[in-house]
Amino acid sequence: MQANPPSRDQAGRGWRVATGLIAALVLVPVLALLGAALGGDAGLWPHLLAHVLPPTLFDTAVLLVGVGALVVLLGTGSAWLVTAYDFRGRGVLDWALLLPLAVPTYIVAYAYMDLLHPIGPVQTFVRELFGLAGPQAFRLPEIRSLGGCVFVLGFVLYPYVYLTTRALFLMQSASLLEAARSLGAGRGGVFFRVAVPLARPAIAVGTSLALMETINDVGASEFLGARTLTISIYSTWVNRADLAGAAQIALAMLVVVAALLALEHGGRRRQRYAASAQRARPMTPQRLHGAAGLGALALGAVPVLIGFVAPTAYLVVETIERVRFAGFPSGLLRTARDTVALSGIATVATVLLGLVVAYAARVAPGAWSRTAERVAGLGYALPGTVLAIGLLFPLGALDGLIADAGERRFGAAGGLLLLGSGAALVYAYSARFLAVAGGGIAAGLGRVAPALDQAARTLGERSGGVLRRIHLPLIRPAVAAAALLVFVDCMKELPATLLLRPLNLETLSTRLYAEAARGTYEEGAIAALIIVAAGLIPVLLLARVGRNDAAG
Amino acid sequence: MTSMPMTTTSRLRRRSARLLLILAAAFGVHAAAAAEVNLYTTREPGLIQPLLDAFTAHSGVKVNTVFVKDGLAERVAAEGRRSPADVLMTVDIGNLIDLVDKDLVQPVKSPALEQAIPAQLRDPDGRWFSLSLRARVLYASKDRTDLSAFRYEDLADPQWKGRICIRSGLHPYNTALIAAYIAHHGEAAAETWLKGVKANLARKPGGGDREVARDILGALCDIGIANSYYVGRMRSGKGGPEQQKWGDAIRVVLPTFEGGGTQVNVSGAAVARHAPNRDAAVQLLDYLVSEAAQKIYATIDFEYPVRADVAADPIIAGFGTLVPDALPLTEIARHRKAASLLAEKVGFDN
Repeated sequence: MQANPPSRDQAGRGWRVATGLIAALVLVPVLALLGAALGGDAGLWPHLLAHVLPPTLFDTAVLLVGVGALVVLLGTGSAWLVTAYDFRGRGVLDWALLLPLAVPTYIVAYAYMDLLHPIGPVQTFVRELFGLAGPQAFRLPEIRSLGGCVFVLGFVLYPYVYLTTRALFLMQSASLLEAARSLGAGRGGVFFRVAVPLARPAIAVGTSLALMETINDVGASEFLGARTLTISIYSTWVNRADLAGAAQIALAMLVVVAALLALEHGGRRRQRYAASAQRARPMTPQRLHGAAGLGALALGAVPVLIGFVAPTAYLVVETIERVRFAGFPSGLLRTARDTVALSGIATVATVLLGLVVAYAARVAPGAWSRTAERVAGLGYALPGTVLAIGLLFPLGALDGLIADAGERRFGAAGGLLLLGSGAALVYAYSARFLAVAGGGIAAGLGRVAPALDQAARTLGERSGGVLRRIHLPLIRPAVAAAALLVFVDCMKELPATLLLRPLNLETLSTRLYAEAARGTYEEGAIAALIIVAAGLIPVLLLARVGRNDAAG
Repeated sequence: MTSMPMTTTSRLRRRSARLLLILAAAFGVHAAAAAEVNLYTTREPGLIQPLLDAFTAHSGVKVNTVFVKDGLAERVAAEGRRSPADVLMTVDIGNLIDLVDKDLVQPVKSPALEQAIPAQLRDPDGRWFSLSLRARVLYASKDRTDLSAFRYEDLADPQWKGRICIRSGLHPYNTALIAAYIAHHGEAAAETWLKGVKANLARKPGGGDREVARDILGALCDIGIANSYYVGRMRSGKGGPEQQKWGDAIRVVLPTFEGGGTQVNVSGAAVARHAPNRDAAVQLLDYLVSEAAQKIYATIDFEYPVRADVAADPIIAGFGTLVPDALPLTEIARHRKAASLLAEKVGFDN
């Protein structure tokens, strides 16, 4: 009896306990917020219902629909372009389309604000071109508008969709597409009626990440004048010192986001997308020559130019000007090193947790795992500052307990272990980005045929062994992609970093924000450029990962 | 065999205890080390670092800082009695009062602070102190307007229809202005006024204060409300040649309330309730109101010094004589909540 591997139920219990614990980690700040919310009364709500919710819900809805449509269009379209066709420059486009991921959204907002201002370079150039006198004679539509906000966020966030969808297109079996062609579907028909429906899980994962970024964005939205619900949370909290009210709005928003996500999941629930256990023959891209090839390149280059090249060129120009003007800021390299180290540690933690959550949903399926997976993803659905505030009180209490214990044991007065070190930040990053890691890994696992698990289990392997020996090698690209995405997100993370970091520690984004907050955002250009540069490396690796996945 | 688990456990316990000790030494103890002071600030490092460097050079006391934007009060509260924070520094009177209300500060008695700071700019019990002043002023186009005086009430005058630029009505700077209006004229009049201002806007509220100057140069609007020190940064050329053009496109008028003065707000500081280095904290505050430090506030940050014997930077002094509104700062803080609700009620940002 003892020599036998534990029964399926026992193994499942282990996984369930693990996911429960991870979900609890994410739930802790949410419960702390709930406590704060219940500490207030409902007095704020009549005001909110009458004056705040109608306009903010409208703006939020327009923003979500607009950004959603734009990221699906750009992300899916560009993914199809680089997988279904082959043309000169495709190899570059393949990774370049990911580049906007490296730039924080609010930096792009600042850049476009400068570039497109009536007295900025673009409009000045246009006026000079046509010999127009002043800004009164000609003016482009204002970037500081809801439309401007959709534009900026859409072009920065589409890579989430591009990344997940491209990976799926690359895995897609050629036979399905050929079957569609032989049944008389045109090229558009194949795309819309076969490729897109099959890629729906990937599109959904990417879009929901992009939309959660959108709904939680404060920097770009506020700067461009969109009033989202998140900004109302801020004004309730900051201007009225009403944390309870702010927590109430944040939780209400969380419920809505969770409901929407559940709805989307529910819509796909009865559909199964797993590939067959045999390796599918990937589709052969169609070669485009001459004008068609150039056209494809130009089309694919548009998102890269708008989402990355223009804002980065702006940063480069500003950086050169700043360095000439004021010299290279001191301590920036140390900051860069600290940022990379902190993000690296947090990435390892987040990916491990994400792996457990995603894998448990596979080996111990059921309501428990499903719920735990959802809960673990909630951190991403909260605005960063709100999550950080929710973490503050439990962390503070825990720090107090640790210090008390230390005092009893050693008699010496200790400091704050978690808030006094980077540990609080690692926790915050993990809680926040677990959805990114878990989602990507789950998508990868979803493509591994269940027949392989069953075969391995039949041969006596335990669930942990199946993970190690069967799944990990197969989903390594998905894990790597998730890790890189989390890493870039950690590097760009601002609100939780700002609130939870210890004395004397700066990250690149806090340095940048320190300038942006006093209105001199161009002085943060150097820090911004380093964030972009440091983000480039993982983004380029990300592109390789995707390709090898398909090739190998 | 039976003793094995015991040994392992106790060794494990010893080892983890040692680890705890090392971690505590690494992260905790520096808070208690001598000749250091820990500063939690919502003021951007670029603005206060020159002051802190000067303090360290002057006193030999090292300043550890963390720049926190929103949530400074929540953080200190969560850290509780072991918080390493000695000095809490923030802008806006509302935030200072909030620290007092949340019981996060302690009273300080210091002759240097009391001599340097006028009584209306500090708490009578020494729980908060103003360190510098800024005025909410009018930026007006040099080309398209010819103003020499202006009242905040005039912002609602229909002659400015389609000609005003301003940042979000929910931003703390504007909240304080609306709060001052409420204190002067009452909530009903403030609502009418704010609706009038909104009706005059040339664009949706957004951007920062400097965008007002830039938009005036870009002919999007003719006048706008913004803080005084941005003009110093733009015109001095410290922000580069582009911004110098923005700053030069505007004339600055110090507006007044009907029967009152110009609306000012403060940056200030307080000693944290559980400050482990209380003496050094007071030493830092004392230094920040010294003549040397107040000169830095004036010339590097372009703020108005709190000391009467230190002059404002010439660019700022060029706006004319600042007559701060006589309204006590605590009145503004008291109406902050109503002001913020009002901005939402009239849909100022819509």
